[in-house]
Amino acid sequence: MRDFQKRGNGGLAKRIIPCLDVKNGRVVKGVNFVDLVDAGDPVEIAAAYAGAGADELVYLDITASVEKRQAMLEIVAKTAEQVFIPLTVGGGIRKLPDISDLLKAGADKVSMNTSAVENPSLIRDASREFGAQCIITAIDAKKTAPGKWEVYTYGGRKATGLDVINWAKQCVELGSGEILLTSMDKDGTQSGFDIELTAAVSEAVTVPVIASGGAGELSHLKDALDEGKADAVLAASIFHFGKFSIAETKKYLRENGIPVRI
Amino acid sequence: MKPSIAVIDYGLGNVRSVSKALALAGGDARVSSEIKQIENADGIVLPGVGAFGKGMDNLEKAGLIPIIRSRIEAGKPFLGICLGLQMLFSVSEEHGSSRGMDIIKGEVKLFKNDLKIPHMGWNRVKFKNRQEGGGGIFEGISDGSYFYFVHSYYAAPEEGSLVSSTTDYGGEFTSSIVKENIWAMQFHPEKSGEDGLRIMKNFIRTCGEKK
Repeated sequence: MRDFQKRGNGGLAKRIIPCLDVKNGRVVKGVNFVDLVDAGDPVEIAAAYAGAGADELVYLDITASVEKRQAMLEIVAKTAEQVFIPLTVGGGIRKLPDISDLLKAGADKVSMNTSAVENPSLIRDASREFGAQCIITAIDAKKTAPGKWEVYTYGGRKATGLDVINWAKQCVELGSGEILLTSMDKDGTQSGFDIELTAAVSEAVTVPVIASGGAGELSHLKDALDEGKADAVLAASIFHFGKFSIAETKKYLRENGIPVRI
Repeated sequence: MKPSIAVIDYGLGNVRSVSKALALAGGDARVSSEIKQIENADGIVLPGVGAFGKGMDNLEKAGLIPIIRSRIEAGKPFLGICLGLQMLFSVSEEHGSSRGMDIIKGEVKLFKNDLKIPHMGWNRVKFKNRQEGGGGIFEGISDGSYFYFVHSYYAAPEEGSLVSSTTDYGGEFTSSIVKENIWAMQFHPEKSGEDGLRIMKNFIRTCGEKK
């Protein structure tokens, strides 16, 4: 426990969060880390991850058409019937009723990116209506100069001119209870998180920060949680394709002095 | 017959997860804001997460406070979760000062440390005065087990003997209380995996016994 205190985290465990990309109600590319009956069924995968010791789950809806988003509500409702760990849903959330629908279906938190940048009052209104604890702002960050990062929207296609650190602070002022921070430079490289970015944002805000983008080895997760001062790490492929199990990951982190729930 | 559990819906918190967890644990759980249904239930669950003032406002507007009070007085098993724990208390320092139901004497306070707020994630629950030999709400759960928390305020009861567990977040705070037929916890059993479901089972068993 003394060790946790030193890290300034009370007795709180660092969280390991698998992220599932969902398109038209199906998990993109599938998941092959356990004996799944249906490797594309988000509910079955979510239940498997919860059983394996994941601390939370994220569904990222990458469905292109608005009409097909109804599928996500059904998945969330089914998930809530059998998975009893926190569930975050992100992607395509534009207005308060979208948030209300997801929370009623059984999501615990929602995450907004483009809509937060284009309409910051959405964050403020949502936080007032549903509580800061369930409003996550997702920030896609691209490095522009040493110690400088720019916010991107539309899945990394549009530069906004916003400075990541300032935007993160503004999100917290507006009422975000958590920041999901993705390094665009590192995302998909499996070469490790952007530690400098993670630490800079984590130190700048008073709310928890989830680090994302770049996980390839267990040491990367450790570095993000330790030097990067992140409160949680989000990863997809290293878990989905069976490179590491949640149990192995947590065992490694614990052996390396990171408090985790085992 | 399965014990009937009324999960009080006042527009805050993940009521669906709470009711599904209770159902999985063997209860006949119904999400409700109807006085009649709450009155007839074998047990009552007051869930919730978010702002204290808004929670109290919503309960008041829905006319639910008298029924909660009378059912607790009648000895019906009551489970308060997160905001459902906090609102049992006399007062909260949220937004200056907000009045609670005053069923438990004490104050709800903001964390004052240099840690991240909200206190969000899995933390250890250390039990105090745990009933030995069964019957307790925490039966079958190892001391120091992890449960899921998400809150910025914590409740501090005047009577220390009501504290049934503490948790460390820049100092020990009260993470659950037990008083006669009232069990209330700051963490979310409906989001705490197997150990959380165990609490739900223990609660439902108590509801069955007190039918």
